[in-house]
Amino acid sequence: MTVADLKLGEIGVINSFSDSKLSLKLLEMGCLPGTEVKLDFIAPLGCPFCISVGENYQLSLRKSEAATINISFPLN
Amino acid sequence: MKVALIGNPNSGKSSLFNQLTGLRQKIGNFPGVTVDKKIGFCRLNNQTEIEIIDLPGTYSIYPNSLDEQVVLEILANPANKDYPDLIVVVADASNLKRNMLLFEQVNDLGIPTILALNMLDAANEVGVSVDSVKLEKLLGVSVVEINAREGIGMQGLKMVIARNLESPKVHLNPAVIDEKDKAIVSQVTEKFGIKNEYLAAQYLAQTPKLSFLSFDQQKDLQALVEKSGFDADRFQSDEVINRYADIAHNLDQVISIQKEEKIKETFSTRLDKILLHKFWGYFIFLTILFVIFQSVFTLASYPMDWIDENMGALTDWLKAILPESKLTDLLTDGLIAGIGGVVIFIPQIAFLFAFISLLEESGYMARVVVLMDKLIRKFGLSGKSVVPLISSMACAVPAIMSARTIGNWKDRLITIMVTPLMSCSARLPIYTILIALVIPQNTVFGIFGLQGLALMSLYLLGFFSALIAGWLMKRFMKSKERSYFVMELPTYKMPRWSQVGFTIFEKAKTFVFEAGKVIIAISIVLWVLSTYGPGDSLDKAEARVIAENPEAEQTDLDNKIAGARLQSSYAGMFGKVIEPVIKPLGYDWKIGIALIASFAAREVFVGTMSTIYSIGGDNADENTIKARLRNEKNPVTGEQVFSVATSYSLLIFYVFAMMCMSTIAVVYRETKSWKWPMIQLVYMSVLAYVSALVVYQLLK
Repeated sequence: MTVADLKLGEIGVINSFSDSKLSLKLLEMGCLPGTEVKLDFIAPLGCPFCISVGENYQLSLRKSEAATINISFPLN
Repeated sequence: MKVALIGNPNSGKSSLFNQLTGLRQKIGNFPGVTVDKKIGFCRLNNQTEIEIIDLPGTYSIYPNSLDEQVVLEILANPANKDYPDLIVVVADASNLKRNMLLFEQVNDLGIPTILALNMLDAANEVGVSVDSVKLEKLLGVSVVEINAREGIGMQGLKMVIARNLESPKVHLNPAVIDEKDKAIVSQVTEKFGIKNEYLAAQYLAQTPKLSFLSFDQQKDLQALVEKSGFDADRFQSDEVINRYADIAHNLDQVISIQKEEKIKETFSTRLDKILLHKFWGYFIFLTILFVIFQSVFTLASYPMDWIDENMGALTDWLKAILPESKLTDLLTDGLIAGIGGVVIFIPQIAFLFAFISLLEESGYMARVVVLMDKLIRKFGLSGKSVVPLISSMACAVPAIMSARTIGNWKDRLITIMVTPLMSCSARLPIYTILIALVIPQNTVFGIFGLQGLALMSLYLLGFFSALIAGWLMKRFMKSKERSYFVMELPTYKMPRWSQVGFTIFEKAKTFVFEAGKVIIAISIVLWVLSTYGPGDSLDKAEARVIAENPEAEQTDLDNKIAGARLQSSYAGMFGKVIEPVIKPLGYDWKIGIALIASFAAREVFVGTMSTIYSIGGDNADENTIKARLRNEKNPVTGEQVFSVATSYSLLIFYVFAMMCMSTIAVVYRETKSWKWPMIQLVYMSVLAYVSALVVYQLLK
């Protein structure tokens, strides 16, 4: 399951990345394994996605990029 | 003493820079690249004045764009002339964890550092409070609380800067270089004579990005990397993960979070529901653009009319009080006509830049990027191209430079190639005059000015042709490079009016002085070229006109004489030479002179027209540019020169023509080759000529 599969308002926890180059960029922007992400918005034409990262700030990324972030659901 | 400001994008770094330096700043370029280098001066106390340099915003010292690369090039090279004695890391306290990454990296490079905690109010709003005293103890460097927007804490910060310049402090992080990399790193430190191990690791991890290293040094480093199997990507990701672990450990001790039971929807989230809505989002965006054009046209027309009338009055007054001589003519018809052509457009440029900086300041521009990304991706552009495209409505030069934020080369190149098709503020003067000539000042449905609508459609024409050009280029260009879109979405903020004011002032100043210099110089040259001719050809022409029209009235005769003189002047000769080429577009030789003159800079066109047409016309009420053009008659047929067909043809010509030396120069610098600016010049010129030809032939 990846960020691209989240439904609006759903929360996931980052597990790993499937694109190593892009992961470097995501890591430095605070998308670390273990961080919670929430899908806030999908732009009108289905892409890009807007996600909250660790409740700290919003990140906007394309659907194809979101699909490289593997997630699991938080335990609660 | 040099102090550098560094921080994440949207951390309030630029506000702090403005607070510290006020109007004492200058904008230059980093050597070799066209990234804006903002330098300002700040008096700390009675003895010390420091130079402050505002580095481009970045998340880490691993650059993803050319803007960010500047930061690496300076910080990794103590020999760089901008290498700072002290760094102030500006951090957004509401998102401290991410901001601390850069802080740690800067410290590991061995540069003395101060941490400036900004946006504590925003942090408090989401229930986060930071114990800055404890943080200072933990980090071992000075931590200062500031509010850059309101200018709070500036005195304190200045004091701390002064103290740190005397006794600099560096925070020590846990080591990020693990055992297996130790050996190769120490080889680099020995070979290059650098003490700092983290810097040595950067030499290995980012070899091609360190342009201060010689070719041989880079080859040596590459050989080292290959021999030892040093994996740059792994090093970088390990570093970032380890640092975040350390940062989390530190921040847990100083940050307390008071969560309210129910997480409130923030203001930004609620606003996004409307502004990113699938219908209202686009509707609002188009409305905003529409309002911008309407107000650029309508509101700015009041100060513009006022300036136009006063310049006319000034000319009349000078002509009345000064003795009739060539010098007076040079002053009134050359110099003042030229200055008038510059000053009159200040209101429009101010309005346009005010709106653009409002969009940027409020955080709305980032939403436009999101809204437009999928739409314009088909055209070889990226959502991030929207910022250059919109900025290009002000000026293509900074717009092309702002394309640096697009990491992907192909996307960036296409953006650069199509950006000059967007109508810039230098085209505004031409549009304004010509629209006023052919489009009535009516309103439709009572509120929409017809002239404003016409203006907007010219801008849309530019925009759609940029899309088509992008789509075509996408077909022809191959690229395997991956492009990333990932970007932070800033929260909405109330624009700071002082910041907007800064931008307006700065841009208007640049326009007046930079464009003004060219315009006035060309106006004067033009006056000379149109007042003198080879030998005594002008006097001969005058004598011939007098002989041919023995019974003409005095004013009629004067006009005929002036026309004949201009025709046989140097300028007239140039115009005549190109007349056969431009005749199919509906232009006469006088417009030809203006076309040639505006080749270097299109904004010269109107000034040139007013210089050319003021020679000969001396009726008092003819001293406004608009009136002069309207009254211009073809001496042979007696028809209006600026007929509907000719005016539309000129409008279309200027929508497409690449008439701007500065743009050509900046494209050359950004693409590092003459190939792209030349392709651009050719395709835009052909486009301009053919479209103007079609328009004239259809409307004629």
